[in-house]
Amino acid sequence: MKNITIVDYGSGNVLSAQKSFIKISKDNNIQANVIISKNVNDIKNSTHVVLPGQGAFSTCMSGLQNTPGMIEELYDFALVKKKPFLGICVGMQMLAEASEENGLHKGLGWIKGFIRPLPKKNLKMPHMGWNSVKPKQSNSLLSKAADYYFVHSYYFECQDRENILAETQYGINFTSIVGKENIYGVQFHPEKSSSQGLNLIKNFIS
Amino acid sequence: MVKVRIIPCLDVKDGRVVKGINFIDLIDAGDPVEQAKHYSENGADEICFLDISASIEQRDTMVNVVRKTANEVFIPLTVGGGISSVENIQSLLKAGADKVSINSAAINEPDIVKKSSEYFGNQCIVIAVDAKKINNDWYVFSHGGTKKTDLLALNWIEHVQKLGAGEILLTSMDKDGTKSGFDIELLKKVSEFLEIPLIASGGVGNLNHFYEGVAKGNANALLAASVFHFNEISIKEVKEYLLKKNIEIRI
Repeated sequence: MKNITIVDYGSGNVLSAQKSFIKISKDNNIQANVIISKNVNDIKNSTHVVLPGQGAFSTCMSGLQNTPGMIEELYDFALVKKKPFLGICVGMQMLAEASEENGLHKGLGWIKGFIRPLPKKNLKMPHMGWNSVKPKQSNSLLSKAADYYFVHSYYFECQDRENILAETQYGINFTSIVGKENIYGVQFHPEKSSSQGLNLIKNFIS
Repeated sequence: MVKVRIIPCLDVKDGRVVKGINFIDLIDAGDPVEQAKHYSENGADEICFLDISASIEQRDTMVNVVRKTANEVFIPLTVGGGISSVENIQSLLKAGADKVSINSAAINEPDIVKKSSEYFGNQCIVIAVDAKKINNDWYVFSHGGTKKTDLLALNWIEHVQKLGAGEILLTSMDKDGTKSGFDIELLKKVSEFLEIPLIASGGVGNLNHFYEGVAKGNANALLAASVFHFNEISIKEVKEYLLKKNIEIRI
């Protein structure tokens, strides 16, 4: 039995993430209990944790900081117990050391790197829509290039190449999947990326 | 690079799809959830629901429709029609909508654009603009295209972009329903200065019209209703056509 917890700290549309995990478990006969929770005890009992995130980086970080005991519990889950952890969108960006969005704001610092604005270069901002995600090294989330749905104006500039699992091109090549052992982060929204997105979620929980 | 999006738009009245046709895989053609699922499985990049219910009570029906759709459809969902407050927006987003499209409310009270984009993030605030050419200028119409305003469309779009709009859904009232193609002149004028994505709407009647919307009008997304609903053109055909013409799309 998988116990999958989607962390609820007041960020946007977490319902879609939950529904996508439920759908993929059902379709693949994976026994899973998928909950949305801000209770640290639920994190303790989880086999998989998903950290969503929408809106501004600093709002998301303070939402997380204002959930009592949450950051410590997530640290214990991902870095001490080394259980599977997935950050989505700003949830991915929070894995970085800091973000430059509206001033400089500290992140969780689990993966070395900084969140920087995408260079404009006459491109529409936010980077919104479907774009190709290309694996840069073999990883358990994505084996070959596929299209996923993006909505963001900032990107994760990784310090160590070994943490860059996949890249996407929008003016520059930026990291669209980061990874470090059991910790993953995706800049796009797998829960909004149709069958390709559901596949990636399946890979995460399998 | 980011791909051009194809967006079918469904008119929903009192929780039921208006003008929905019976695709063979549907049990109930009037069910918005089934329609959305059909389009998603057949290559739609996004779904748009336009609520044309007359009363406020029936707007709650829309929240339920959104909730049910989010259970089964895993592509972005935009909901528009009659949104008049930050509370409306919140209830739709909480139910599982990814974006809301605001039209008349933004005209009546432009502050709602600023407030909602600051609160929810500009990525979920789409401003819908209905424009009609009078003499040599395009004017904005409100209330589903029934009321002329004094706003010039180009100025208005620039203004809402500054207020925090994340996307513009631009409908040409001159072209809507004519099947003679998008209003390329209008799209071009807007895309010259627009820094946020542009969704073209109104007038599409054949495959080449979709191509022109991107190649000539510089739109980032193409929205259509009747050609899809009456099965005159399928999303798959549009995508194959665009691909042949070297437009990047999602297969």
